[in-house]
Amino acid sequence: MTTTPTQEVTTSSVAADLQDERLLQAHGVGGRFRAELARIRTGDLGSLPVAVGLIVIWIVFQSLNSNFLSPNNLVNLLLQSAAVGTISVGIVLVLLLGEIDLSVGSVSGVAAAILAVGFVNKGWPLGLAILLAILAGTVIGLFYGVLYTRFGVPSFVITLAGLLGFLGLQLWVLGKEGSINIDFNSWIVRFCQQMFVSPAVSYGIVVVVALVYAGAALQRRRQRGAAGLSTASIAEIVVRAALLAVVLGVVVWYLNSGEGRQQGRGVGYMVVLFVAIVVVMNLVLRRSRWGRSVYAVGGNVEAARRAGISVNRVYVTVFALCSTFAAVGGVLAAGRLASANQASGGADTNLNAIAAAVIGGTSLFGGRGSAYSALLGILVIQSIASGLALLSLDSSVRYMITGAVLLIAVIIDSISRRSRQSAGRA
Amino acid sequence: MTQTTEAPAAAATKQSPVLSMRGITKRFGAVQALTDIDLDVYEGEVVALVGDNGAGKSTLVKVMAGVHPQDEGTITFDGREVHIGSPAESRDLGIATVFQDLALCDNLDVVANLFLGHEKTTAGTLDEVGMEKESWELLRQLSAKIPSVRIAVASLSGGQRQTVAIARSLLGDPKVVILDEPTAALGVAQTAEVLNLVERLRDRGHGVVLISHNMADVQAVADRVVVLRLGRNNGVFQIADTSYEDIIAAITGATDNAVTKRAAAKLTVEVETLEEAPVADDAAPTAEGDASTQGENR
Repeated sequence: MTTTPTQEVTTSSVAADLQDERLLQAHGVGGRFRAELARIRTGDLGSLPVAVGLIVIWIVFQSLNSNFLSPNNLVNLLLQSAAVGTISVGIVLVLLLGEIDLSVGSVSGVAAAILAVGFVNKGWPLGLAILLAILAGTVIGLFYGVLYTRFGVPSFVITLAGLLGFLGLQLWVLGKEGSINIDFNSWIVRFCQQMFVSPAVSYGIVVVVALVYAGAALQRRRQRGAAGLSTASIAEIVVRAALLAVVLGVVVWYLNSGEGRQQGRGVGYMVVLFVAIVVVMNLVLRRSRWGRSVYAVGGNVEAARRAGISVNRVYVTVFALCSTFAAVGGVLAAGRLASANQASGGADTNLNAIAAAVIGGTSLFGGRGSAYSALLGILVIQSIASGLALLSLDSSVRYMITGAVLLIAVIIDSISRRSRQSAGRA
Repeated sequence: MTQTTEAPAAAATKQSPVLSMRGITKRFGAVQALTDIDLDVYEGEVVALVGDNGAGKSTLVKVMAGVHPQDEGTITFDGREVHIGSPAESRDLGIATVFQDLALCDNLDVVANLFLGHEKTTAGTLDEVGMEKESWELLRQLSAKIPSVRIAVASLSGGQRQTVAIARSLLGDPKVVILDEPTAALGVAQTAEVLNLVERLRDRGHGVVLISHNMADVQAVADRVVVLRLGRNNGVFQIADTSYEDIIAAITGATDNAVTKRAAAKLTVEVETLEEAPVADDAAPTAEGDASTQGENR
């Protein structure tokens, strides 16, 4: 508030957005904390339940098996999260519209099959095979989008048909053999299995991320100051950026500290790709006109239509993006397994991807959620899977526990929706 | 009760109307919804559009808003003949419509709702700072009482939501603002707030078309009243020199209607009861009867 621009003097010394005396204002760090607490109490939970849940799950498994939180196990856990997590980012998008895509598993299987058949059997260049596999996903999504907008068939039914249809396509593409191994020395397999960021580069990324965050926050502060609006204090920005740097730094240091580091294991490039997809999608959703229209359509389709938003375009692009992310996830999964077979994208891929988005805090009712819920949700699911594997419990227990966690997440979503409505935060 | 100085003055100077509709006819299948409707809207005046259910008010609004183009008739806007074929064309001309159900996105904040579909961007990203600044300027011009533009619309009161919807319609600086039943679901204080807002729109020079069933609201803010009945024009009244009964008569189609009958019936019943009473004072029942009739009218 020291650099007062001219406009501000003309109105008053109080920032334009803080003049209403009825506004509950938060002063200082304590006030900020109390405001956050009030927000949570009225049902605006955000990612809090999943963060708490993740910590509880980690404590439980760590107490049952001391290897659970070892750097090596966490490195593997992250690698296992990346493929389904990428699929889950697409699910977050369709959930934001209040729709669903049940066929992401089959679509990822189709992409894996196209990659393997093209690259191994037909001898296409790897880049071309990957590109075509991902494009196949885009085309499938466009097809869904057109079906949905043209005929108004519920997305639940369209994608249920797709679940079966594209499973068939996957089997047809794979042909008689049913299983195709991808060369271990090919780039895609190395990328998904053996390529890890060197310690120097990983710390470099942490520093750059923190600096970009601080720079963006300072830029925003300057703009708001110039416009006569309230601004965050420099201290708050510095503390937040430092906190971000420390948390990321500790995570990276811990992942780099395992004995696997000698074999070059640490933060996988595939994990970096997944996290980058999450961060970029979050920025697109929050900071672009398209992202704003996605939230608007999810909140009130009719209002969005009347406001001049091309609602059909939003639906088509979201379905296309969802299937595209499913295909990317399929390619990553094929690389991680070094093969594509009839079971690729089958079993629980579908439901894990959907469960991750919901567990991460994206509402099933549309209009609420963020790309980060894909990251948090998949960490929960993979932590359960990894912990139970360490305890040598088989998949029967894993399915039941994951199902229970999903149920809890949906119940939390419904309850917080009700309490938001009663507290006027819907 | 009414400030009606501007509109008669505007009409008196024969300034040309900003929106002028002539001979508007609209059919839906076998139903003749509108027949030969004329409507003029001048700058800086509030025109109330009244009529019973099914009189054609909403259809006429939809013609102006571009939702249902008319079958016959001409629309002149700003002196030239126009065809309004879609909501976008209506908006581009400078006609803003606030529909009864407001159509706000509850999950978005006030800024996002105000700029929905017309967001400002810098270098491809949303210009949140610019939009927030403009939101405050706009809301302050309307003396709107919105505690924060960064809270979800769901947490606002009915009057505040109506304010947001009206403010949104003003962003393109329209010449004509159409408000469809803006006070229908509002409490006493919120209604007063919205009526103040309507007067402020007029003072800013917008032509306002106000659709309302509430005669108190109409008499409070309107300069002229256009009455529709069964899809036809049934009179235009300057509010200053028109009584409530005249407007009711025009709406219902006769002086002999349910509302006047009710008032008259009550009067006669009271007179009869008083006449039967042993103490007869001729002056008293009449005075009482008058009072009760007026009370009915309010």
